[in-house]
Amino acid sequence: MAVIAQPSYVRRALVEPELPPIAAGAAFGRTRERLFGGVFNTVLTLAGSVVIAAVIWWTAKFLLIDAVWSGSSRVDCLAETVGREVGACWPFIAAKFGQFMYGFYPTSERWRVDLTYALGVILLVPLLIPRLPCKAQNAILFFGAFPVLAFFLLVGGVFGLPHVETRLWGGLLVTLVISFTGIILSLPLGILLALGRRSELPIVRTLSIVFIEFWRGVPLITVLFFATYMLPFFLPDSWRIDALARVLVGVALFAGAYMAEVVRGGLQAIPRGQFEAAMALGLGYWRMMMLVVLPQALRLVIPGIVNSFIALFKDTTLVLIVAIFDLLGQMRAAFADPTWATPVTLFTGFAFAGMIYFLVSFGMSRYALFMERRLSSEAVR
Amino acid sequence: MSKFVSYSNPRTRALLYQIVVLTLLLGLGYEFIVNARSNLQAQNIASGFGFLDNTAGFCVNQSLIAYDEADTYARVFLVGLLNTLLVAGLGIVLATILGFIIGIARLSPNWLLARFAGGYVELVRNLPLLFQILFWYLAVLGTLPGPRQSISLTGAIFLNNRGIIVPAPVAGAGAGAVAAAFGAGVVAAIALASWGRRRQERTGQRLPLFWPSLGLVAGLPLAAFVAAGFPMGFERPELRGFNFVGGIRLIPEFVALLVALTTYTAAFIAEVVRAGVLAVPRGQTEAALALGLRRGLMLRLIVLPQALRVIVPPLTNQYLNLTKNSSLAVAIGYPDLFAVFAGTTLSQTGQAIEIIAMTMAVYLAISLLTSAFMNWYNARIQVAG
Repeated sequence: MAVIAQPSYVRRALVEPELPPIAAGAAFGRTRERLFGGVFNTVLTLAGSVVIAAVIWWTAKFLLIDAVWSGSSRVDCLAETVGREVGACWPFIAAKFGQFMYGFYPTSERWRVDLTYALGVILLVPLLIPRLPCKAQNAILFFGAFPVLAFFLLVGGVFGLPHVETRLWGGLLVTLVISFTGIILSLPLGILLALGRRSELPIVRTLSIVFIEFWRGVPLITVLFFATYMLPFFLPDSWRIDALARVLVGVALFAGAYMAEVVRGGLQAIPRGQFEAAMALGLGYWRMMMLVVLPQALRLVIPGIVNSFIALFKDTTLVLIVAIFDLLGQMRAAFADPTWATPVTLFTGFAFAGMIYFLVSFGMSRYALFMERRLSSEAVR
Repeated sequence: MSKFVSYSNPRTRALLYQIVVLTLLLGLGYEFIVNARSNLQAQNIASGFGFLDNTAGFCVNQSLIAYDEADTYARVFLVGLLNTLLVAGLGIVLATILGFIIGIARLSPNWLLARFAGGYVELVRNLPLLFQILFWYLAVLGTLPGPRQSISLTGAIFLNNRGIIVPAPVAGAGAGAVAAAFGAGVVAAIALASWGRRRQERTGQRLPLFWPSLGLVAGLPLAAFVAAGFPMGFERPELRGFNFVGGIRLIPEFVALLVALTTYTAAFIAEVVRAGVLAVPRGQTEAALALGLRRGLMLRLIVLPQALRVIVPPLTNQYLNLTKNSSLAVAIGYPDLFAVFAGTTLSQTGQAIEIIAMTMAVYLAISLLTSAFMNWYNARIQVAG
């Protein structure tokens, strides 16, 4: 029992009661109270309505009402030619669409990219729906077989497919390749590091902590520079690594350190009894982890993994600084094209790229939220 | 003895595993060093930190300390570091203010305001930061008119495609007295607050000390300002020919980076604040309302002090993220540490190993120092015992 200090002052008389709040009535009354209760609240509501209406009006006006829908060059998107105020210049996006999606991947070979996307979607969608069966086989196919298949499909050089150099890759293709490879490589690395950080072997634990804290303490761009300019010095002369592969190594190390912290959260949430029960059954360390602890821990951190994927997806834009042209990089390159230089080109490009980034990130964050709710409701049951 | 060396002894195995890990690591390190040495020799690249004393020979478009082309790379390093600290420090302050406002707004009983704040958070969080930096730099600041057609705010602040020009404060004789009065005002306000707290503990009365404190902090220097005969002037920027003379010019790179970092991090801070406020049990708010506290007082006295305990650790992470994200300056050419050192200096000298290691070490040191400070602060605000 802690000793409670004697308060030096105790009020002896009751404070005058405040006036009772205005009774909130039915749904309509509550809504009115929420929006127009008090002068300050009313002013806020009115000002907010004006701002929201203005934002919606300007967005619709730019993207749809004033937009130019067809044309073949910058002239079609100039206010002088059209004879009115000009909004988004969609022909610019149409003309550059191939570059934004595939970079300079040869046009005749683009079906390979589309096929890879299709395979990915077919394998991913059943994995995301919790109700569907065969999760283990599906996961092995998606995380094990699909990357190998995708690699041969995209790089080529086998089965009569012509070889496509990675420096020709670009646009959304590169964005997806980097974020997908990053997540696939960072998962096993992150699991190993998380196990290492909780290991009882002092050297392994120290090394894991140093590794994790180092990569988490430096910005991703220094990691990319490290991978692009510093790594080649450390490798034998005979190893000439492709520029994209170097970036992938950097992204994997960086994402692995963050993934380790996500997985560690899951490991900490597993009750001690589970470890003890596994040991009592005579399971060794690895079998205990693989059969008892990790299956439970990884399920718990699915939302965390999806959130790291969102972060990684957004962070892939940084590769444009080391001259690899992802979606944003292609966009920036397209701005420099004099054929399409108009006052609205910049805004059109940003609107288009922004919609893609927003839809993917927002969709994934909603999915993480959905899984979180589902997992917490299962925990209650 | 033979029992100890047996493979079935867990301690032997533990030792063995660690020896294997360490050997592998040392082998890898040795391999790296050997390769680096032969590669550097083959490409004729110098090693060591001697290059820091060489003349840099390039211009930097924003510097807090005196710098010209004849200065050394070591000076460039310092210029870049200060620019990084400037944008990160300002960004942290502004993002915290904006983030707290938006976070509280998201919890507002006003449905429209809460939705508006929610929309802001979703929009900003789901777009890549580099996208936002480029948007502010290219689409917003890049499309402003030239200096001659500058947009003028109240005739003193000018916006154009070369940046934002604000009046520069010029200190006259007697400005020291104003500064001294300000210092005295702050000290007096702190003393007053402390006296008020002690008095409240003794008697239970809350004195309305806000206005007297404001009077001390703002009024005292103002009085000194008038008494000293207005010693502070502002140098107004003026358009001469094709450019502005006088005033302080904030370069567009700086403005774009600061705005993007602030708005981006504020969205994350808003979520942190919201989660912290929601973590305060509902009974606390109800108890506060039952005691007759108004919403503002309730937030300030009951909810925020408790929420801060939840908020501080993730807030630290956001501060660290902002500092690390400031390295994206290189994409638009703001001369931060990364851009001038790992960018320009690296491409001029080719000494990738030393330069990237130094840059990484600086960011690592900033991260470790910030988290050490925030851990100290966090320990201070937790419930004692």
